[in-house]
Amino acid sequence: MTALAQSLAQAAPGHLAAPAVNALIQSVDWLAIAPPVIVAVTALAVLVTDLFLPEYRKPLLGWFSVAGLAAAGLMLLPLLDGDRATFCLTGSTRACSYSADHFTVVIQFLVLGGALLAALLSVTGVQDDRRRVPAGEFWFLLLSSAAGAALLPASRDLATLIVALEVASLPAFALVGIRHGEARSAEAALKFFLSSVTATAVSLMGVSFVYATTGTLHLTEIARRLPQTDGQLHTLVQTGVVLTLVGFAFKTAAVPFHFWVPETYVGAPLPVAAYLSVVGKAVGFSGLILVTVIAFPSYAEVWGPALAVLAALTMTAGNAGALWQRATRAYSAVRLLAWSSIGQAGYLLVPIAAAGYTRDGQKAIGSTVAYALMYAAVNLGAFAVAALVGRTRPLNRIADYRGLYATNPVTAVLLAFFLLCLAGLPPGVIGLFAKVTVFSAAVDAGLGWLAVVMAVNVVIALYYYLRWTALLFRVPEGEPVRHRLPAPLTAALALTAAVGVALSGAPQLVLRFAATTLF
Amino acid sequence: MQFLLAFVVAVPLLGAAAALLPSRPSASRSAAPLLVTGLKGKSPDQAVLRHGVTVTGVVLVAAIVLALGFDHDHPSKMQATTDISWIPALHVRIHLGIDGISLPLLLLTALLTFLCALYSYFNPPAGPSPKAFTALVLLLEGGTLASFAVLDLVLFFLAFETVLVPMYFLIARWGGEGRTRAAWRFILYTLLGSVIMLLGLLLIGIKAGTFDMVALATDNGRTLTTSVQVVAVLAIGIGLAVKAPMWPLHSWLPDAHTAAPTVGSVLLAGVLLKMGTYGFVRILLPVAPDGFRVFAPYLAAFAVVGIIYGSLACLSLARRGAKGDLKRLIAYSSVGHMGFVLLGISTMTPTGVNGALFANIAHGLITGLLFFLVGALKDRTGSTDLDTLAAHSGGALYGRAPRLGGLLAFGAVASLGLPGLAGFWGEMLALFGAFQPAAGLSRAAYLVFLAIGAFGTLLTAAYLLVVVRRVCMGDPGQDLPELADVRGYEFAAWTPLVVLTVLAGLWPRALLGLSDPAVQQLLAGGTR
Repeated sequence: MTALAQSLAQAAPGHLAAPAVNALIQSVDWLAIAPPVIVAVTALAVLVTDLFLPEYRKPLLGWFSVAGLAAAGLMLLPLLDGDRATFCLTGSTRACSYSADHFTVVIQFLVLGGALLAALLSVTGVQDDRRRVPAGEFWFLLLSSAAGAALLPASRDLATLIVALEVASLPAFALVGIRHGEARSAEAALKFFLSSVTATAVSLMGVSFVYATTGTLHLTEIARRLPQTDGQLHTLVQTGVVLTLVGFAFKTAAVPFHFWVPETYVGAPLPVAAYLSVVGKAVGFSGLILVTVIAFPSYAEVWGPALAVLAALTMTAGNAGALWQRATRAYSAVRLLAWSSIGQAGYLLVPIAAAGYTRDGQKAIGSTVAYALMYAAVNLGAFAVAALVGRTRPLNRIADYRGLYATNPVTAVLLAFFLLCLAGLPPGVIGLFAKVTVFSAAVDAGLGWLAVVMAVNVVIALYYYLRWTALLFRVPEGEPVRHRLPAPLTAALALTAAVGVALSGAPQLVLRFAATTLF
Repeated sequence: MQFLLAFVVAVPLLGAAAALLPSRPSASRSAAPLLVTGLKGKSPDQAVLRHGVTVTGVVLVAAIVLALGFDHDHPSKMQATTDISWIPALHVRIHLGIDGISLPLLLLTALLTFLCALYSYFNPPAGPSPKAFTALVLLLEGGTLASFAVLDLVLFFLAFETVLVPMYFLIARWGGEGRTRAAWRFILYTLLGSVIMLLGLLLIGIKAGTFDMVALATDNGRTLTTSVQVVAVLAIGIGLAVKAPMWPLHSWLPDAHTAAPTVGSVLLAGVLLKMGTYGFVRILLPVAPDGFRVFAPYLAAFAVVGIIYGSLACLSLARRGAKGDLKRLIAYSSVGHMGFVLLGISTMTPTGVNGALFANIAHGLITGLLFFLVGALKDRTGSTDLDTLAAHSGGALYGRAPRLGGLLAFGAVASLGLPGLAGFWGEMLALFGAFQPAAGLSRAAYLVFLAIGAFGTLLTAAYLLVVVRRVCMGDPGQDLPELADVRGYEFAAWTPLVVLTVLAGLWPRALLGLSDPAVQQLLAGGTR
């Protein structure tokens, strides 16, 4: 898949003058591309192994996938210096298609970690649902999507970027609809597929406009050539810039591309919803960051205000949607998490919008990265608890969480902690400080109105997070059901809780990204 | 010294964690054998309550040692300071320290929590496991102590918020009638208030470039424009005013007090309300003086309305046949007393602010005692309803349980501000301050406030005397059930409060000598 991206990247610029043969020969830094490659290879290995494994051995596939993701994560360690790049042009300009800088490493860590946790959740989910979910295909699709998501933050040309986006998305459609014989699941997958494909098509159109005016696909080259484009092409470039953002805005579930989220999350198996809410969003916003801050900094006056408005609308729509969730409706817990994830996406967009207003845009997006790391850990934690409760209460209503403390005290306390982190209240200290960095990014950029909108939204969100939290500690109604904790779920819970607590004690671990430039 | 302060803040938090451990916390044996020797009890419930007594006892001893080691010649200097970088990206530091303003509050907190732990050891709260109860009380103590000890705006907010969680659960799980609604109301009010406060704190921090209270106080608002100060004071003031509570943001308080268990009421009135007024003095006065000056007359006006409103509410509750709840009555009287504190702060003069701080401590001691007494009455008679307690022709507490009746009368008389007891000085100084407010504040307006406030003291005296007459006096000969008089452990828990009330009334210098230099410096732009 990387080879495909590479050939596209090569072919697309075209090298209008006949290129010298040696200019096409590039050395490949295998270490730099190891993380996505390992995931992709594991995916293929799982698909092949599935054919030879007897039915009762199928659970092994899950653990094999988890190991593959962990290995890919470990391969980030040699890249910590953040100075590697590969698939570079050998001509006069040294533009690279793949860069393993600090931004890449952090986002790849986020993606691989998120996929790992989603995989841990799925081990139980696939096992419980084995009648309807084909294990081999499930793991193959999950890993393929993760490989695409890991490739995306490293891409430094538009072709690779779009290919990575598609590699991350296409398996996700199938994952959403993977349960046999469930109409809701299939409908959700179709909705998700149609709207996503439309968004990507629009994005591709934008890319073609940009290519038409600049004659290059490399992000840094685009940034260099954009200010020098012909005045007549100005409108074309502007249209191209805005259209390119659409595909990524869709993946982050920004308004007005958010309608697919609640239906899709409810229709999909719960671990897949968790995966989409974290990794899917990471794909979207890292793509947005690359396109805006690296490729189009000279058109900040176009995308800056657009993203600011988008951020304000997204957080307001998400929180309003979450606020109207009735606790007794079927799947209301998943629905609430879906709407709250839209609200959180709004906060994630704020620093990117702020980057359009400051001279040093690359620094502002550090707040997004810090926020995303916090969000990934606690949101996956909340989904882990939802997956746990969903095993004994398949309807997964918020009302089903009433009195959870009485039967599973540790789980209830953890869910309360995750929800308070999402709300930004102590003891969820990291949630509070992540919000503060986003907030100060907006204030520093002179986006006072956006900061006010955000503050109002945070207050609104407090209500529904707190209502859920308070419910956990009420006296249970009727016969309380004790939820049994399978080992993979316990591991996922422990992992997310450890990250959340560690970050609350030492917020500097992620907040330092907000104070430095990552590129 | 510096480790001692960090120790005082950290021990309750560690103790809270230890209380939740599944096995019986063994620390209770080794940490302070002296304290434990008198307290016997074999069941795990008793053990965990004893653990609470031990931890709060250790904290109290440490706080007393801290007070003894405090340099009383320089109370305006920050002492026992710790200053560690925590989040460099946001310039947040773990900065702890005490001066003459925070030391008395620190001691009050440590004392009241210890007395509460002692009281609940002998009189375990009715409700779910005492394990969680002890952990929550310790968490509450840790949060309160931290909010008086920290010198960083963000940490102050964190400590301020930490207190909400345990208080919510204390009311919601161990409370009386209507507890769920009261707890939910409590958390919504204070949470919304503190979120608004956070915005104000962030505004100050971002505009001034530091969250450090000492640096901000030294700067005395010079780097902040007046408009920033006005917005910040409004935002922070709302958060603090909800907590204080200031009329008309008080309506969570009577419900919370009525529903809370005895220990919860004592801590809520004695300690938690102080965090609001402390924030006014520690943050708003020195950091944003220009902004505060704009709002000071409004604050004073709301404060005197609160005084009159609280007294009138109490009078109507104290009437015969009004079905008034004694706990609710004391809660409303708190609104009135905190009105005096806010009036003192709003004068922006050393006299007024000193009076406010004094009234703070006095209210903590006296109202703490009153809530203990009402809790004891409820244990004995099963009711806090005044009409039930007063029976037909008076409750005759003097005759049935003379010591209990005497203590109740003492608490009421101290609360109405009898000279020679703690309640007198603070309110008098607050009114004095209003007689001559700081430059730039309308004297005429403050004279009106002074007159209304003075009238409020009369109303206060009226309802408290009505309560004493109805509950304590009467004919013991009528067929009223037997009442047990004050028990040993109750004596142990209440005596310190009585003694300190008398002491503070007879020797106000002990407190004023501590707070006055620090107040002078804060108002003058805290250079050190």
